[in-house]
Amino acid sequence: MYSKDYSFRKNIIIGVFILIAITFIIRLFYLQIINDSYKLSADNIVLRKVREYPPRGLIYDRNGKLLVFNEAAYDLMVIPRQLKNVDTSLICELTGIDKLTFEQKIKKAKRYSYYKPSTFIKQISKQDIGKIQEKLYQIPGLFLQTRTLRQYPLPIAGHMLGSIGEVSQREIDKDRYYRAGDYIGKSGIEKYYEKYLRGKSGISIVEVDVHNRVKGKYSKGNFDTLAIAGQDITLGIDANLQYYGEQLMQNKKGSIVAIDPQNGELLALISSPGYNPNLLVGRERSSNYSKLLNDTLVPLMNRATMGTYPPGSTFKMVNALVGLQENVLHNDTKYSCNGPLSVPIKCTHDHKTPLNLSEAIEQSCNPYFWNTFKTILENPDYGDTHTGYNNWYKSVTSFGFGSKFNTDIPFETGGNIPDNGYFDKLYRGHWNALTVRSLSIGQGEILVTPIQLANLSAIIANKGFYYPPHLLIKMEGSDEDINPGFTEKKITDIDPDNFDVIRKAMLDVFEAEHGTARWYVLDSVKQCGKTGTVQNPHGEDHSIFIAFAPMENPRIALSVIVENSGFGSTWAAPIASLMIEKYLLGNSVRPALEKRIMEGDLINTNNTEN
Amino acid sequence: MRNREKISGNIDWVTVLLYSILVFIGWISIFTASAGEDVTTLFDTGTRYGKQLIWIGLAITLAIIIMIIDAKFFSTFSYVFYFVMLLILIGVLFFGSTVAGSKSWFKIGEFAIQPAEFAKFATALALAKYLSTLNVDMRKLKTKVISIGILIAPALLILMQNDTGSALVYFSFVIVLFREGFSGLLLIVGIIMAVLFIVTLLFSELYVIAFLLLLTIIVLVFLRKYRKLWKPIIGIMILSAAFVFSVNYAFENVLEPHQKKRINVLLGIEQDLRGAGYNVNQSKIAIGSGGFSGKGFRNGVLTRYNFVPEQSTDFIFCTIGEEWGFIGVSVLILIFLILLIRIILLAERQRSKFSRIYGYGVASILFFHFTINIGMTIGLAPVVGIPLPFLSYGGSSLWAFTVLLFIFLKQDANRLNVL
Repeated sequence: MYSKDYSFRKNIIIGVFILIAITFIIRLFYLQIINDSYKLSADNIVLRKVREYPPRGLIYDRNGKLLVFNEAAYDLMVIPRQLKNVDTSLICELTGIDKLTFEQKIKKAKRYSYYKPSTFIKQISKQDIGKIQEKLYQIPGLFLQTRTLRQYPLPIAGHMLGSIGEVSQREIDKDRYYRAGDYIGKSGIEKYYEKYLRGKSGISIVEVDVHNRVKGKYSKGNFDTLAIAGQDITLGIDANLQYYGEQLMQNKKGSIVAIDPQNGELLALISSPGYNPNLLVGRERSSNYSKLLNDTLVPLMNRATMGTYPPGSTFKMVNALVGLQENVLHNDTKYSCNGPLSVPIKCTHDHKTPLNLSEAIEQSCNPYFWNTFKTILENPDYGDTHTGYNNWYKSVTSFGFGSKFNTDIPFETGGNIPDNGYFDKLYRGHWNALTVRSLSIGQGEILVTPIQLANLSAIIANKGFYYPPHLLIKMEGSDEDINPGFTEKKITDIDPDNFDVIRKAMLDVFEAEHGTARWYVLDSVKQCGKTGTVQNPHGEDHSIFIAFAPMENPRIALSVIVENSGFGSTWAAPIASLMIEKYLLGNSVRPALEKRIMEGDLINTNNTEN
Repeated sequence: MRNREKISGNIDWVTVLLYSILVFIGWISIFTASAGEDVTTLFDTGTRYGKQLIWIGLAITLAIIIMIIDAKFFSTFSYVFYFVMLLILIGVLFFGSTVAGSKSWFKIGEFAIQPAEFAKFATALALAKYLSTLNVDMRKLKTKVISIGILIAPALLILMQNDTGSALVYFSFVIVLFREGFSGLLLIVGIIMAVLFIVTLLFSELYVIAFLLLLTIIVLVFLRKYRKLWKPIIGIMILSAAFVFSVNYAFENVLEPHQKKRINVLLGIEQDLRGAGYNVNQSKIAIGSGGFSGKGFRNGVLTRYNFVPEQSTDFIFCTIGEEWGFIGVSVLILIFLILLIRIILLAERQRSKFSRIYGYGVASILFFHFTINIGMTIGLAPVVGIPLPFLSYGGSSLWAFTVLLFIFLKQDANRLNVL
């Protein structure tokens, strides 16, 4: 062997070993100590923030009766990435969709995200969930997520309560609290008190594995925030009265608004035709919604708050009150009436002449109130008609007419009381009492809402003041009054004394010999009321009735409007009387009347006539 | 009795200790990566950590058997081992089963054995046997050709099984050849070729050629007085240019798409966080999130929740990096380094040339695995699926490395009996 000795080369080899080891250690030093981004990425990979939704606040009526509660429903969620070798026909069979829909839904989910869960089928009810749960383990990539649905024990007050639905992008942009797929109050009370009802969602941080399966809580839940339950709400609504009113109004178009005059709490807010709020819940929501939307009777419109009508004869009392306050009218002021020959407004009622004020109210004499209106506008104290009109306008609007109450009443409209400027523009400054004579009998440009009419009744009941009509009585967990404006007493321009004659006249509507509602008198309760008929150029006149009871210490004030029902005393007056009876006495002592009203069908007969 | 005591007394217990530590760390990591929340028994053969315990038991048995067998047995039958192994490798091509894209497994019931793992020690034995034969002169071309032939035969067969990683391991024997007198220049050429290969893929070949031209001119200017050197320098330049041109051709036409992709991802040419780059990225995140002292035993969420693929086999280093942090991986690297240097020092003290060469073979194979495996988990080497010696899950690899190491320890224990 002559081989050269190469043993020195071991040093080179060992050197290379050491070099590689040092390279690795430097690299690891960079990865593990210098560079922080890997730690953040690790958190992003392993930790999932899961929003924990608290139960939504419940809604009760004034007697503690449940109006709205929560029921669990399930969303079937899909993670496209995990959906492998799926039994399509099994899924279709379980969920009741066809193959084409299945493929569309999967495509949509994939477009959203391949890795994140998206909703596959929404709001599966408790009844349907059983069989899905049984088979779900066979289908990787599908899982159930609990959702809360609103349920309504009584099929009433749909308009007022409103509904919840998934947030829109616009709502998300407005309030960063929401995430896509969250529920938000879309209308009614649900919308107005959304912030209180929804509570506050919590965040729980969990660790997930590579298949997105939850493995456990991160750091034993130390960084979790708890969900805070939504606050329960008590409304002034009397569920029994509301239900009764809706029954009285079935197959009729119109509204009933009942107010507790002592505090402005709405006892009933009925718009007919209405709908069962349970229809707008769950999977059938959108199909039912479009059905209601396309209904020619417009059941989705809340007539009680959005409907505007000329107040007709009921407004005569307002003019009388302004006249009394301005001292241009007294109880013994008499005007004669020429019946149909009266000028400039004819009288449609057949009665003796001349009449004093209370007789005029009882008989609803048109010429009497034309004369009253004329004297208000031409009051020599003010010099000219326009100033007189201005004064009239100010007094009328102090009743709450012409503007919204701006309380928690959903979708309110303000109605209309024309001001000086309106007529100046319309008549180029040349107008007088004669030009605007329709206002004297509540016709013409005046438009009021049923709520404003009910409020008028409350003002008369209270002899001159009112509290803004509102729905909320109590918010669970909020000590301070969240709506301070609601309990603010509003005083009209009319002195209490001036109401006496009006109240007496309204009592006579029920109790006098010629009273227009004399058939509906009750032995145990002194009711006060006023009929009205609104001329309707499109068909049969609307029947209006406002009332309050009992006369002393009134507890209920209401307005009833029945569209296309003709004279006020046929439908609106008995409905008002039955409502009073229901609320004050609990039960009806007039079953025959009750039966006639409930079975009365003004919608379908009208349709056949047309 | 006296004889056995003598053998045990001569065993290099330092190496045995290092081996044991590595196997233990490996098992701990497999446990943390594969155990569920509730562990009732460590001997659950339905789990990886349970199985690995059995593999470890068998590995110890193998080690003891090797230490009992006569030391000459391995040198005498080196070629037999080698040729039997070649036959088995050919057999795998016909009768093997495919696992993860490589047709390199023999399945017997539930158990699968990977012959490529065992071919390493057989090749090391054969190479040692050949180079230690009397009258073999490293300077002769014949010697070089036969040496390389011994290495290339198993490498090619393994390449045909589609197991590129294991085939590349045979490249590590250049360390052995270098120690035995193979020209150092060839190694340098190899390194230059590797650098040119990478640079050509990173930049366009025209830039590389232009740079080479510039470099040549500068060198020539400096060496203008040594006219003799001009010819070889210009020759090297021309060869390099030719190589650069061939790189793209070779890259496009020889490598498989997934191999090209892995190289591209490694060089940062391609960003591929879903495919080949996914493993490396997840692995870097797992290691990086370990920080200085790690998240603690069984707290490595990324590895435990399967975010790192293959975290108990090829990517086991991540588990250690995430749970034990910078301290843990530094200690592990240090243990490996000490083991490698220890083997070199042991090899150098051999009287027998066979033992020395075999020892270098052991060090080379371990070093290659160590470098490529850890390198790929931290993004310094392409993702080629080769295990981390003694740590990665799997019977074949553990046994093969154990046999590889303990044959050398047997030779070392017997060194004083060699004349």
